[in-house]
Amino acid sequence: MAKNISVTVKFWKQNGPKDKGHFDTHELKNIPDDTSFLEALDIMNEELINEGKEPFVFDHDCREGICGMCSLYINGTPHGKTERGATTCQLYMRKFKDGETIVVEPWRSAGFPVIKDCMVDRTAFDKIMQAGGYTSIRTGQAQDANSILISKEAADEAMDCATCIGCGACVAACKNGSAMLFVSSKVSQFALLPQGQVEGAKRAKAMIAKMDELGFGNCTNTRACEAVCPKCESISNIARLNREFICAKLKD
Amino acid sequence: MWLINSSIGRKVVMAVTGIALVLFLTFHASMNVVALISAKGYNMICEFLGANWYAVAATIGLAGLVALHFIFAFILTIQNRKARGNSQYAVTNKPKKVEWASQNMLVLGIIVILGMGLHLFNFWYNMMFAELAETDGVALASNGVYHIVRTFHGGCPCEPTTGCGYAYTAIYLVWLCALWFHMNHGIWSSMQTMGWSGKIWLNRWQCISLIYTTVIILMFVVVAVAFCLGYVPCDFKEAMGECAKAAGSCCGGC
Repeated sequence: MAKNISVTVKFWKQNGPKDKGHFDTHELKNIPDDTSFLEALDIMNEELINEGKEPFVFDHDCREGICGMCSLYINGTPHGKTERGATTCQLYMRKFKDGETIVVEPWRSAGFPVIKDCMVDRTAFDKIMQAGGYTSIRTGQAQDANSILISKEAADEAMDCATCIGCGACVAACKNGSAMLFVSSKVSQFALLPQGQVEGAKRAKAMIAKMDELGFGNCTNTRACEAVCPKCESISNIARLNREFICAKLKD
Repeated sequence: MWLINSSIGRKVVMAVTGIALVLFLTFHASMNVVALISAKGYNMICEFLGANWYAVAATIGLAGLVALHFIFAFILTIQNRKARGNSQYAVTNKPKKVEWASQNMLVLGIIVILGMGLHLFNFWYNMMFAELAETDGVALASNGVYHIVRTFHGGCPCEPTTGCGYAYTAIYLVWLCALWFHMNHGIWSSMQTMGWSGKIWLNRWQCISLIYTTVIILMFVVVAVAFCLGYVPCDFKEAMGECAKAAGSCCGGC
């Protein structure tokens, strides 16, 4: 049975990437514990507007864990992750205790400059995808179902890699600001399938070059990205990307 | 040059130099264990690795590997700090999966380098360098067991361990502890960087790293602790011979 809780939200306010930023606090009272965290923030914004204050800016879209827009660093963890495979929009107030202070921060990384408050610019990920996250070969007409044999394991793993929603939690959690888990998942979703393997070497080189150009850090295998990934991407993808990249460079 | 210009290339340099250093440590640990069994045998190895051209060339190569590993570690750290940005999180939770060592490799590496400086002073300076420069200690330069006893026991093995011996042993143990953490992460991380890993092999490499590192470090620890506590191999006096007496050491006379 649902019960109501009261919490203090300590949220980050920042006017643009060059502003120093600061924390503001707001008391949220009698919030039903089956309210989602983003709904609680909506309630908070209503209260802030009613008090004549500026609302708190944060990213969100589908609110069902598939678009990768929500991006809050809650109580020291990206997406406030308390269980495997959950984004901020899938976080509920029942995860917090009555009277608790919830600290909400933006993704902090040089690759993701703050637009306002907790809304960050993640177009860097789009640029990496534009560099090679696609197949450009002519595939002709649709093939018969079993004309290209793909093992169930490969198909499943490629699908798992493709579930990466590009939210940026991996970069946010990484002490090096590295985007390797994202890039490796995107490279792997193609590299595991025959259609994607044709341009595998070119793709790995182009996406890594773009990632480096955009200033993301070097992966030191801390596994922090894997631990917080809302889609449970594995660092075995990073090994695959390393393999693809090294082989491509050795063949040059 | 992709090994310098790309993020993966720089990590490959770290991985390859790291694995080469692990192989050297394996050789060094195996060599040390000989000192527990036969003093004469150990001294023969020391003589073989004295001021001979191949040993000097290998030492220069090894110094190059360490320098490359160290320089790239600093380059990567500077780049990673820049990528992280100046803004720090007010609250951070370290996930259970994240090894402490993986987030402190530079600090551990600096401890390892400092310990290595002391180790070079204790052994390399008094052995290979003494031979090359023909200093006063040249008579004892290839007597490796003498240098082990002098460092970890502090004096004659038939007398109690000196404070200096205990201090050196304690410092070496701290150094080896840092090396254990550094190597334990470094080995599996190198394999991951080289792409020789995957869902199955990741766990295997972590297990192999743990066992391999523990065995190598224990080999170093056993030698340091045994000699600190006064252990000497049965042919110790014979190995010390006249050279220790000539150098005024009491070790050969007991």
